[in-house]
Amino acid sequence: MTRQNRRILVNKVVMALSTAAAVAGLIFLFWIIGVLFYKGFGALNLDIFTYDMAPPGREPSGLRNALVGQLLLVLGASFIGVPVGILAGTYLSEYGGKKSRLARLIRDISDIMMSTPSIVIGAFVYAVLVEPFGHFSGWAGIAALAVIMVPIVLRTTDDMLQLVPGSLREAAAALGAPKYKVILQVVFRGAKAGILTGVLLSVARVAGETAPLLFTSFSNNFFSTDLDRPIASLTVTMFNYATSPYEEWIDRGWAAALILALFVLGANIAGRMIVRRKR
Amino acid sequence: MATICEVAQNHIIEVKGFSFYYAGVDSPNLKNINMPIGEGAVTALIGPSGCGKTTLLRCFNRMHDLYPGNRYRGEIVFEGRNILTKKEDLIKLRTRIGMIFQKPTPFPMSIYDNVAYGLRLQGIKSRSELDGRVEQALKDAALWKEVGDRLKESGTALSGGQQQRLCIARAIAVEPDVLLFDEPTSALDPISTQAIEELIIKLKERVTIVIVTHNMQQAARVSDYTAFMYLGDLIEMGVTEELFITPKEEMTEQYITGKFG
Amino acid sequence: MNRAIDLIFHNTTRFFAISVLIVLVALFAVLFNEAKPAMDAFGLDFVVNSKWAPNMEIFGGFPAIYGSIVSTLIAMLIATPIAIGIAIFLSELAPPWLAVPVGMAIELLAAIPSIIYGMWGLFYLAPILRDIWGGNGLGLMTAGIVLSIMILPFMAAITRDAMKTTPDILKESAYGMGATRWEVLKDVVIPYVKSGIIGSIILALGRAVGETMAVTFVMGNAHKVPDSIFKPATSIPVTLANEFTEADTDLYYSSLFYLALILLLISFTVIATAKFWFLRNLRERRI
Repeated sequence: MTRQNRRILVNKVVMALSTAAAVAGLIFLFWIIGVLFYKGFGALNLDIFTYDMAPPGREPSGLRNALVGQLLLVLGASFIGVPVGILAGTYLSEYGGKKSRLARLIRDISDIMMSTPSIVIGAFVYAVLVEPFGHFSGWAGIAALAVIMVPIVLRTTDDMLQLVPGSLREAAAALGAPKYKVILQVVFRGAKAGILTGVLLSVARVAGETAPLLFTSFSNNFFSTDLDRPIASLTVTMFNYATSPYEEWIDRGWAAALILALFVLGANIAGRMIVRRKR
Repeated sequence: MATICEVAQNHIIEVKGFSFYYAGVDSPNLKNINMPIGEGAVTALIGPSGCGKTTLLRCFNRMHDLYPGNRYRGEIVFEGRNILTKKEDLIKLRTRIGMIFQKPTPFPMSIYDNVAYGLRLQGIKSRSELDGRVEQALKDAALWKEVGDRLKESGTALSGGQQQRLCIARAIAVEPDVLLFDEPTSALDPISTQAIEELIIKLKERVTIVIVTHNMQQAARVSDYTAFMYLGDLIEMGVTEELFITPKEEMTEQYITGKFG
Repeated sequence: MNRAIDLIFHNTTRFFAISVLIVLVALFAVLFNEAKPAMDAFGLDFVVNSKWAPNMEIFGGFPAIYGSIVSTLIAMLIATPIAIGIAIFLSELAPPWLAVPVGMAIELLAAIPSIIYGMWGLFYLAPILRDIWGGNGLGLMTAGIVLSIMILPFMAAITRDAMKTTPDILKESAYGMGATRWEVLKDVVIPYVKSGIIGSIILALGRAVGETMAVTFVMGNAHKVPDSIFKPATSIPVTLANEFTEADTDLYYSSLFYLALILLLISFTVIATAKFWFLRNLRERRI
């Protein structure tokens, strides 16, 4: 075999291997998605949205309380996490800039916080907000999710604001706008789409979190909107149902998984579309 | 010492023994500048890249204060007071001295809101007054004919030349006394450039203009006075025709005849 | 007036920015404080002691630490070559009409909540593995496989992004000399983005080591060091998830916090290494 032919052969072998790896990986991933949709749609029905959780064997039953609880937890976390993240990100970009040591430190810390195990954050919130009060609560769940959310919103806000050209800030300042108006009226407007995408992705991320809720908001078999008490969530319900021995609970766990996945994927797709349209 | 001509008009701005230092730099970027700016005239600042012409322009509305650590020495007197003091109200100053940038800077909002922005900053809320002044500013900026029927559209959707005229409309809407132009046509095509130059000549009836340009023909076409700067020094300031035909300094002559820069 | 509002706005934003630092410091302080009784009782022996007997008030963290490390290593061994393969496929091989939708699909899969991977592992993968090597199909190996599939999209996407940072002109000059695709990849792309790829892998490792829901279902939940990776075991997140609400004594509770603190330290070190050693110059943004 000539050297030339050998090189071409090696090339073909490596390319075939990487294609095979891609195909194998994709098969597994689509297998999981296939299972999710098959089992999820199989178990989905109207009762899930209109009835609360019930012991096995008692019909009709659904996931209404878990859906409402999940919504309250995610909304609550967003009400705290989004403004805090946006304001903190504004500080990094508009007052800190690239050089400030404080801003760089906070950026690095946020990057690390984004990958901190969420169960550790759950344990932390347990020690601060559950143990001293002696009971699990929706507020503790909200706090745990907000802690996860802030670094994500902060970093996207920071990045998106830095993409706004400095000349726009100067132009607004040259018209006599005070700095806070430059930021609120001009810079934010320029970065609106990017910030919105960051918010959507962060909401999607915390909506799928289970571990930090296990011992903060815990779970509740009954319908409740009282955030001072344990509250049901889709994810913790999935955990409880999937580990149960009851066929109908396991099926309902898949329905919950599908609802959750559709929400998370929807938020991700919406976020990506906003950015794309802008460009 | 620089050669500086007589400026017949009232000196709306007077630069006196002025030096400027960028943050973290010990040597001055502008060295002991003295120059008058005549009211109602167009003064052009020319010179090779890095000569400090844009730096000087941005001192007139204290744009350098947006970034920490920059320092001024000496005086810039505007309307009889030194504007370099700590107690100077920069927000008020910048409504008196407007600025047009190198690249068009339309804000990400509608054409109308762009022009109304400075007016709203000053607290004007009356719809009818805003409407009137926006229309007048757009007319003064020779843009009304092109955009008068689509004021709700985004300012960023206009062409480059239109965007720059929009920025001029935005700046003149607040009726400043002085307008600073920082190479306003460097990002534009020749036809848009001509439109902006005509606008500048028209505007000087009501506002004092200082323009930085790297284009000597442009300085010759639009300005009454021209100042030549080199490496942070003001070398010569003269009546435009005289400076270009019979420069007094050798360095000026070399520059305008293309021997360097 | 404006000056006052400016000052208030500036300080408000700064306050919230600094709150991130406060939360991090509080996170370490609180975990340390809660773990203190267990630290006093067991000292550093906790890390190597494998006996976990709540009824006798004896707690050793070794099985959980061992399980975390081994399951993560298995996951990395499986996922790394496949993720690099996918990244090569997407950035160099696939035509745009294929690379764009597949790349999108992979990014979306990275967003699927990890508990769904766990459920799939419990109900679909474990029964298959049970048929292959007996037992109940749960253990470190099963957890490692589920983890590898969970981190695969994340790892592939950031590895691909790292590869894409190679300037086209570099690749073109190698192709211009008659190099094959593999040679361009091996001699130009990989050396150019090496630290980015290593950083991506370590970042994925940081995620895997702290992952709870993908592995809780399939670990088997046995508090001992198994004699085989095919047998039930545990890991730090799994122990926390299963036992936190059951801890009935102060020492039990404190021991769980000791484990949480160890997990935090491990993941903090791993992520900081990835970020500061390898990804310094690579602006990577992924959520």
